[in-house]
Amino acid sequence: MEIVIILIPIALILTGLAFWAFFWSVNSGQFDDLDSPAHSILYDDDEDMIPDDAKVDKKDIKHNHD
Amino acid sequence: MEAVETLVSTPEETQCYHCGSDIPPGSSFYTRINNEDKRMCCPGCQAVAQTIVAGGLDSFYRHRGNDLSPTTTDLIELESLTKELALYDSREIQQDFVHNLDTEQPSATLVIEGISCAACVWLLENHINKQPGVVKFSVNLTNHRAQLSWQSSEVKLSTLLAEIIRIGYKAHPYHPDKEEQLLAKESKRSIIRLGVAGIGSMQAMMFAAAIYAAEIAGTGMDEKYVLLMRWASMVVSTPVILYASWPFLKNAIRDIKARHLTMDIPVSIAIWGGYFASIWATVFNTGEIYFESVTMFAFFLLIGRFMEMKARQRTGRAGNALLNLIPASALRINEQGEEELVSATALQPGDRIRIKPGQTIPADGVIVRGFSSIDESALTGEYMPLSKKVDDKVVGGTINIENPIDLEVTEVGEKSRISSIVRLLERAQSEKPYVARVADHVARYFVGATLIVATCVFTAWYFIDPSKAFWVTLAVLVVTCPCALSLATPTALTAATGTLRQRGLLITRGHVLESFSKATHIIFDKTGTLTEGRLAIQETYPLNGTSPADALMWGAALEALSEHPIGRAFIPWYCFSAESIENSVGMGIQGEINGVRYRIGTPSYVMELSGQAIPEMPDQQRQWILLGNEKSPLAWFALDDQIRRETRQAIRELKALGLSIEILTGDTSPAVQRIAEKLDIDVINSGMSPEQKLARIETLQAEGKQTIMVGDGINDIPVLVGAQTSVSMGAATDLAKTNADAVLTNNNLQTLAESIRMARKTRTIIKENLGLSLAYNVIALPAAAMGLVPPYIAAIGMTASSLLVTGNAMRLTRKPRELKTNLAEAPKKPANINAGT
Repeated sequence: MEIVIILIPIALILTGLAFWAFFWSVNSGQFDDLDSPAHSILYDDDEDMIPDDAKVDKKDIKHNHD
Repeated sequence: MEAVETLVSTPEETQCYHCGSDIPPGSSFYTRINNEDKRMCCPGCQAVAQTIVAGGLDSFYRHRGNDLSPTTTDLIELESLTKELALYDSREIQQDFVHNLDTEQPSATLVIEGISCAACVWLLENHINKQPGVVKFSVNLTNHRAQLSWQSSEVKLSTLLAEIIRIGYKAHPYHPDKEEQLLAKESKRSIIRLGVAGIGSMQAMMFAAAIYAAEIAGTGMDEKYVLLMRWASMVVSTPVILYASWPFLKNAIRDIKARHLTMDIPVSIAIWGGYFASIWATVFNTGEIYFESVTMFAFFLLIGRFMEMKARQRTGRAGNALLNLIPASALRINEQGEEELVSATALQPGDRIRIKPGQTIPADGVIVRGFSSIDESALTGEYMPLSKKVDDKVVGGTINIENPIDLEVTEVGEKSRISSIVRLLERAQSEKPYVARVADHVARYFVGATLIVATCVFTAWYFIDPSKAFWVTLAVLVVTCPCALSLATPTALTAATGTLRQRGLLITRGHVLESFSKATHIIFDKTGTLTEGRLAIQETYPLNGTSPADALMWGAALEALSEHPIGRAFIPWYCFSAESIENSVGMGIQGEINGVRYRIGTPSYVMELSGQAIPEMPDQQRQWILLGNEKSPLAWFALDDQIRRETRQAIRELKALGLSIEILTGDTSPAVQRIAEKLDIDVINSGMSPEQKLARIETLQAEGKQTIMVGDGINDIPVLVGAQTSVSMGAATDLAKTNADAVLTNNNLQTLAESIRMARKTRTIIKENLGLSLAYNVIALPAAAMGLVPPYIAAIGMTASSLLVTGNAMRLTRKPRELKTNLAEAPKKPANINAGT
């Protein structure tokens, strides 16, 4: 159990770090817009990075769905 | 996804792929998007779509989902706008809003108009960041602000502003006012408070769990470890209590000073009482600690308040509405009689300015030369322009329609009429009756009861066992801590507000849901609210064997260049323009088609051409205009304001909810009576001035009626502010929107009926929540008073009751069944967009 005597101060220091990191992120504006970042992951603007042979023809998908 | 795309691109589509407006028959504007030709309604949309596709940003159309882009009238005027935008390059004007003006890399904040979804943000950021010389451009979806920094040596600000217009948005420089800066600071601070409470309470809970685990297992823990854990919990709780919970104590002290019992008082007693008693227990190593209970409690409450604040802030940019109404530049005529472009803020009373057709008038003034018709709809809501001649007064913010006019400026800025309307309503707002919150009623009894019970418990235990008296009393205070009770109302209100926002009603004031649920009377303005607020051709009455289709086509050809609302009514039939068009203000238009002269307008003006007698008007009730050529009259057109498609159903639903319905309008024409008959509304007050409207509402309210006022124009603002609850249409002027308690963003009156049902349901849920949390307290209190509640039970009970009321409130976010069926019909008609905003 002696280890707790070291672990608890470590936990407190980590908590302090968490507070600091949080303050920093709020003050650097990361929490200013809480709406659009949630959508930005859905924007696939990486089309030019997809190799040609991996591309699926859209028309095929359409037919499969219909 | 793919299926939706094919559905939209069917050959007989009637709506613009870009903005969703109706496509005028006969027009053919196409843009190739994703290898398919999409129909566009106008050259503006076409150009915007082409810019988007050319920039490789066509996936915008896939990302935006059902949200449509703003209409793009401005693009056609881009040429003339470029001149105006150049003003923003001048140092004098940049001083007001540009930071680091003298360095290589200046930056500015802009307000962007026309943003409707996250895809717009994506499009804007991608397009502008690609421009040469742009260092950084980021758009905030919540408040529609953009941060722009650029290389002053490489690109001009005006070029970038023009680029924003080219993809269909509008940007204005933004000067934050003081109030708004404070608001931004406050919102940052509340996020920090929430985070501090979150991190701290989780840590406190961790240490508490260790102590409780040992206690429950019965094995116990060495004294020194328990002591260590207690001190550690004290350290992590201290910022939560001293910093994050500070607002509760501040409000409680304010309320005690004002002799007004609110929920903040029992909350503060529990938090601060529990905290200090736990410090006492830690320092002197006696009794129980409640650090985890009070910090969790603070965390839950802060979450509730944070959600409330976010819901409030979505209402947008209240203070800056005036800024957008008055144009940024003006054409001043100097002593040599030359035109010069100046900033509108530089105008002085006595200056002579020239206003071209289609421009917004920058200041109040008197006409000194020329005559024209002025569209005052921003001010009065009426769509028919008024004729103005020399010596007539015009108001800043209204729009010149037909001819260029010269003005002598009489009032500018603060003193101008739109400014005085703003001031007037600031005063009226501060007089708005304060609607007490349900929770505060309960709080009053609750505080008294808690304090009395605590005193009784302390006294009783003092005689039974003085050493336990303090700790039992503390347990009572913590257990009865009104966490669930103070969450009961705000969670339900926030859930309902969020759900209604998604369905098209934006609530901007806290009392709306409560007053909606109690409403007995609902009062409508006519123009723009019950009706579309624009003229449409209702009937064509051909004469002398003319075919109606030809008559409409000729009419459209004559009206092709007209900005007048009558001219716009003919747009759907436009095929070609007439030649040598002449416009006679207040009379009509003359033009040549295939070498024959035609006239459209008032009967006497049209018949002057052929010299025949005026044919008989089909009826006296509606407004008729005549079309004729050199030989004979050809057709009558009946013009009228259309009733909104869904109005009838909405009125029926509102009546079914037991509400009395009234019309309150400034209009005196027989149209009012006819609309009332069609909609089956009995009480009509027509020909009312804004003062009379206000008086009517006040009379009703004095009789104890609970009123909702629905309107759209600036002239409706006094009555909107005076009414208990006000709702403005989404297509209304900014000023009306920012001053209404709620905005119908989808312009659909049926949402109003749905909102009232929702408000009633919310009221029921609030009552249930209050009942649940009171029931919890009634059960927990005797147990605590008997000394049977150890701290971990108190923590569990408190958490469970809070989650229970929150879960109950979340039921309001569920979609009712009838909505799903509506959605199934919806995708084919995305017509309810905010056209014109």
